[in-house]
Amino acid sequence: MKNELTAINVDILIVGAGPAGLAAAIAAKKAGIDSLIVLEREENAGGILRQCIHNGFGLHRFKEELTGPEYAQRDIDTAGEMGIDVRTGVTVLSVTNDKVVTAISKKYGLQIFKAKAVVLAMGCRERPRGALGIPGTRCAGIYSAGTAQKFVNLEGYMPGRRVVILGSGDIGLIMARRMTLQGAKVLACVELMPFSSGLNRNIVQCLHDYNIPLYLSHTVTDIHGKDRVTGVTVSKVDENRRPIPGTEIEFECDTLLLSVGLIPENELTVGAGVDICPATSGAVVDDSLQTSVPGIFACGNVLHVHDLVDFVSGESFKAGQAAADYVRGREHAGRAIPVRDGAGVRGAVPQQIRLEKGAQHANVDIMFRPDRVYQNPYVVVTADGKPIFSQKKMIMAPGEMANITLTEKQLAACEDAQAIEVSISLEKPAM
Amino acid sequence: MYDAIIIGAGVVGCAVAQQLSRYAGRLLVIDRMEDVADGASKANSGIVHAGFDAHPGTEKARLNVKGAKMYKELAGELGVPYGQPGALVLGFSEDDRATLNKLLEQANANGVEGCRIVERDEILKMEPNTNPAVVCALHAPTSGLVSPYEMTCALADSAAENGAEFILNNPVLEIKPTADGNWLVITGRDEYKTRAVVNCAGMGSGVLHNMISTRRVKLIARRGEYYLLDHAAEMPFHMTMFQCPTKMGKGVLVSPTTHGNILLGPTADDIDDGYDTATTRKGLDNVMDKVRLTWKNANLRLTITTFSGIRAHEEHGDFIIGKVEGAPAGAFEAVGVESPGLSAAPAIGQELGDEVAAFLGLDRKDDWKKPTPIPKAFRVMTDEERAEAYAKNPEYGTLVCRCEQVTEAEIRAAIRRPVGARSIDGVKRRTRAGMGRCQGGFCSPRVMEILCEELGVSPLEITKCGGDSRLLVGTLHDIAKEARPDEK
Ligand SMILES: Cc1cc2nc3c(=O)[nH]c(=O)nc-3n(C[C@H](O)[C@H](O)[C@H](O)COP(=O)(O)OP(=O)(O)OC[C@H]3O[C@@H](n4cnc5c(N)ncnc54)[C@H](O)[C@@H]3O)c2cc1C
Ligand SMILES: Cc1cc2nc3c(=O)[nH]c(=O)nc-3n(C[C@H](O)[C@H](O)[C@H](O)COP(=O)(O)OP(=O)(O)OC[C@H]3O[C@@H](n4cnc5c(N)ncnc54)[C@H](O)[C@@H]3O)c2cc1C
Repeated sequence: MKNELTAINVDILIVGAGPAGLAAAIAAKKAGIDSLIVLEREENAGGILRQCIHNGFGLHRFKEELTGPEYAQRDIDTAGEMGIDVRTGVTVLSVTNDKVVTAISKKYGLQIFKAKAVVLAMGCRERPRGALGIPGTRCAGIYSAGTAQKFVNLEGYMPGRRVVILGSGDIGLIMARRMTLQGAKVLACVELMPFSSGLNRNIVQCLHDYNIPLYLSHTVTDIHGKDRVTGVTVSKVDENRRPIPGTEIEFECDTLLLSVGLIPENELTVGAGVDICPATSGAVVDDSLQTSVPGIFACGNVLHVHDLVDFVSGESFKAGQAAADYVRGREHAGRAIPVRDGAGVRGAVPQQIRLEKGAQHANVDIMFRPDRVYQNPYVVVTADGKPIFSQKKMIMAPGEMANITLTEKQLAACEDAQAIEVSISLEKPAM
Repeated sequence: MYDAIIIGAGVVGCAVAQQLSRYAGRLLVIDRMEDVADGASKANSGIVHAGFDAHPGTEKARLNVKGAKMYKELAGELGVPYGQPGALVLGFSEDDRATLNKLLEQANANGVEGCRIVERDEILKMEPNTNPAVVCALHAPTSGLVSPYEMTCALADSAAENGAEFILNNPVLEIKPTADGNWLVITGRDEYKTRAVVNCAGMGSGVLHNMISTRRVKLIARRGEYYLLDHAAEMPFHMTMFQCPTKMGKGVLVSPTTHGNILLGPTADDIDDGYDTATTRKGLDNVMDKVRLTWKNANLRLTITTFSGIRAHEEHGDFIIGKVEGAPAGAFEAVGVESPGLSAAPAIGQELGDEVAAFLGLDRKDDWKKPTPIPKAFRVMTDEERAEAYAKNPEYGTLVCRCEQVTEAEIRAAIRRPVGARSIDGVKRRTRAGMGRCQGGFCSPRVMEILCEELGVSPLEITKCGGDSRLLVGTLHDIAKEARPDEK
C-alpha cells in the first residue's frame, strides 16, 4: 500500500506547546486567525514548566506566585476555551523555507502541512557533558539537572544520594534544594566563572538556606567510578578558566548533576534556512519576532534562553500577533536597522528593528545579558554613535536577563540610522 | 555438553560464532559484560583498513586484506552501516615521502589494490580542509568504514538465529581440560562442559591462554582516547585522514564515521588496568595537538563526547590465531587481536570457525538461516518510507530520541532482537538513541520506561551498562525514609 502524502493547508502552524507556543497561539486566535494548529511532541502541553513544580512563576504576568504546572495550566485552559487545535504527541521533523512542515505521530502518522506562517517555539535543551569535554569515566550517575528533575518530579525516583552539581544554572540550583529536601546530600555546587549563572534569589533560597557551599572559579576536572560514579575531582581555575594544579579537592559522591547552560533547540530553524545569531544560538529576528525567512517567526527559549517565563509569554504574544498580521498581508514593514551588542552586552534581541520613516512606532523591548557583574551601571543605546537612550541600573549580572524599552520618540530618533548599539557603561552618557 | 564454547562476544567472538553456527553443533558464547560488543569492539576507530599498514608475511597483513575484502558483502547482508570513502596518509616532509613509499611497497606486497602517492595539489583538491603544509600522501581508495558495535551485534544476532546460545554478564574464571579429553569452562555463575573451547576474550584472552598452555603470551593494554564530534552541515573531510608515522609516533586520524560524525584520535598509552577506559586531560589534549597537523582549524565546539578503547597488544606484535599451541587438543584462540582486528574479523571468523568445525567433525547445516538485515533506520528514510513504516507499525510515529530521530518502534525492536538490548547503552548501540548531541538527556527516561515494559522489570533495575551501573537509587519515599528513619 502506498500512502498518499497530500499537504494540509493551514494559516498558522506553531511548533511547540510550551508557554511560548501557547501564548503565540492565543494571540493569533485573538487576532482572528481560526486556521491554526499547534504541534507538540510530548503527550501533554506545557513544555518544560510541567517538571518545574517549585513556585516562582507568574509574578510579573499574573501578579501571583504559581508553580510551573499551574502557570502552564492557565494557558492550556485558555487555549482550550478558545477552541485552539493543540495536537500533542506530534513531532515536527522538518520545516522548509517555503513553510512546508513535516510531522509524525502515533495518532496521525506522517503529515505534511503547508502553512502561510510558522511560529517556532521549540524551547531549549541542556548542554551535555560532552560539550564540556570533562575527562574521566563514562559510568552511570552523570545527569543533566533537567533529566534529574524529570526523574524526581515526573517519575518519582531519586537518581542519587550524594550529589555534586557542576554549574550554577537555575535548574541545578533548584535541584540542589529539591534533592536535599528528598533526603540526598548535596556536597557542593561548582561554578567555572567567578559569578553564578543563576538568579540571585535561587542562590539564596536553594544553596545558602541549606548550607550548600558554592565554589566559584572552580570546575570538575576528573570523574571516578567504573559502573557508577564514586567521586569527582574539583579544581580551582585561573583567569583563563584553566585548572590550577595543586588545588584539587576530592568529593565522594554517586551523582554529578550538570547545570552548565541551555542551548536553544534550533535544528528545525537551521533546516528552514533561517539565519542564526552566534551570540544567542537562536534565530536573528526583527522587532516583530520575524526571522530572516518571511513568515517564519520565533519566540521563547528557542529564540534566546530566558530566566522568567513571564517574559517568554510576553514575547510570544507579540510573535503570535505578528504572524496573524503576516497572514492578513499586513507585514511589518520598514527598513531593518541592525541592533548590535556594544561593550558589556551579549545577545541583544531583537537583532533588527524595522522603522518606516514618519510612521507611528510601537514601543520596542530589547533583551540581553551583561557579560559580567556590574554595580550601578548605565544601559546606553546609541544610533550611529549618538546616545538616544540611557537608564541607570542598580546591579546587573549575567544570570539575570536585562530588559529595556525604547519608546516612540527614541525610535523616531533612529529612523535614519545605519545601526543601533546597546552597551553598558559605568559613566553617565552625555545625552 | 556443548560442542564449542566461545569466550568473548566482541567482533571476533561473534564472527567465529556466526561461522560455527553454519555447522550442526551445540554452541555457546559467554561474555563477562552484560552485552555483546562491550570491549574493544565498541571503542575503536571503525576503519576497515585497506591493509597497507601491516608487514607482509604477518597474520595481521594476511587477515586484514582478506577480511577487508569480505566487508562490503557481509555488512550488506547484515544491514550494518558500511562505506568505502578511501583514505589518505598525509606526509609533511621529504622524510615522510620515504615512509609513504615504503607503505606503498607494503600495500603492493600485501595485495592492496589501487594505492598510489598523490601530491599536494591533488590532496587539497580531494580534501580542501587539509593543512596546506601537506607535501604528499598515500591514497588508499579501498579503505572503508563500519559501525563496529552494530557489526558485532548483527553477527551475534545471526549466530543466535541459528541456534547459538549467549550467556552474558558471566565472567569465565577458569578453563581446564577434563580427564575424558573435553574442557570445563568455569564462570562466576556456573560450569559448562564442552568438546572445544575458543578463547576470543580480547584483553582477557592472555590470562586464559596462560592457564592452559605451556607457551606464555603477554598482553599489553594500550589505551586510545578519542573526541567525537557531532554531524555538521558540512563535513570537513570525506575520507579517513591518517598521518604518516614518524619517529615522534604514529599520529592520529581524523575520519568521518558511518553515521556522519567526525572522530578524532586515538592516542596510544600503555596502562596497567586493561579495563580502565577513562579518558584523561593529557590524552585528550594530546589528540587535539596532533589533530591540528591534519586539520589546522579543528574546533571542538561540536564535541558530543570523549571515549577510549583498549588494544590488546601482544608483545611480539602479531595476531595469534588458531589451535592453542602447548595445550591439549580442542583449545582454539584469537589472541593479541589489536588493530586491524576489526578489519580482519570476518576472515578470522571464517578461518577459525572452519578450523574448529573441522576438528569437531561437524557437518554444514542445510537449513542455515541467512541473517535478517537490520531495517533501515527511520533517520535515513524518505517521507514515503516513513509513511510506509508507520502504516505497518504505528510505533514509528513516536520519536523517542530527538537528536538522532529514533522511534519507539526501533527501540522496541532492539530489545526484541535475538541478542537484544538490556540496558540504556545496549539500546544506544543498536539504535543510536542517546548518541546525539544531547547524549540521552532527553530520551533516557523514556528509553528506560520502554526497557521496563519490554523486560517486565522496575526502573530501579535498569542499568546504563550492566553491573552496578543502575541509573536510579530508589523511589522518593525510599530515600527520604533512609535519610530520616524516624519520620513517617
Ligand atoms: C528547570 C527550570 C526552572 C525554571 N524556573 C523558572 C522560575 O522559577 N520562574 C520562571 O518564571 N521561569 C522559570 N524557568 C523558565 C521557563 O520555564 C521557560 O523560560 C519557559 O518554559 C520557556 O518556554 P518555551 O515555550 O520557550 O519552551 P518550553 O517550555 O521548553 O517548550 C517548548 C515545547 O516545544 C516542544 N517541541 C520542541 N521541539 C518540537 C518539535 N520538533 N515538534 C513538536 N514539539 C516540539 C517541546 O516538547 C516543548 O513542550 C525555568 C526553566 C527551567 C527549565
Ligand atoms: C583505540 C582502538 C582503535 C582501533 N581501531 C581499529 C580500526 O580502526 N580498525 C580495525 O580494524 N581495528 C581497530 N582496532 C582493533 C579492534 O577494535 C579490535 O581488534 C577488535 O575489536 C577486537 O575484537 P575482539 O572481539 O578480539 O575483542 P573485544 O571486543 O575486546 O572482545 C573481547 C570480549 O571478551 C570479553 N571477556 C574478556 N575476558 C573475559 C572473561 N574472562 N570471561 C568472559 N568474557 C571475557 C570481554 O568482555 C569482551 O567483550 C582498534 C582498537 C582500539 C582499542
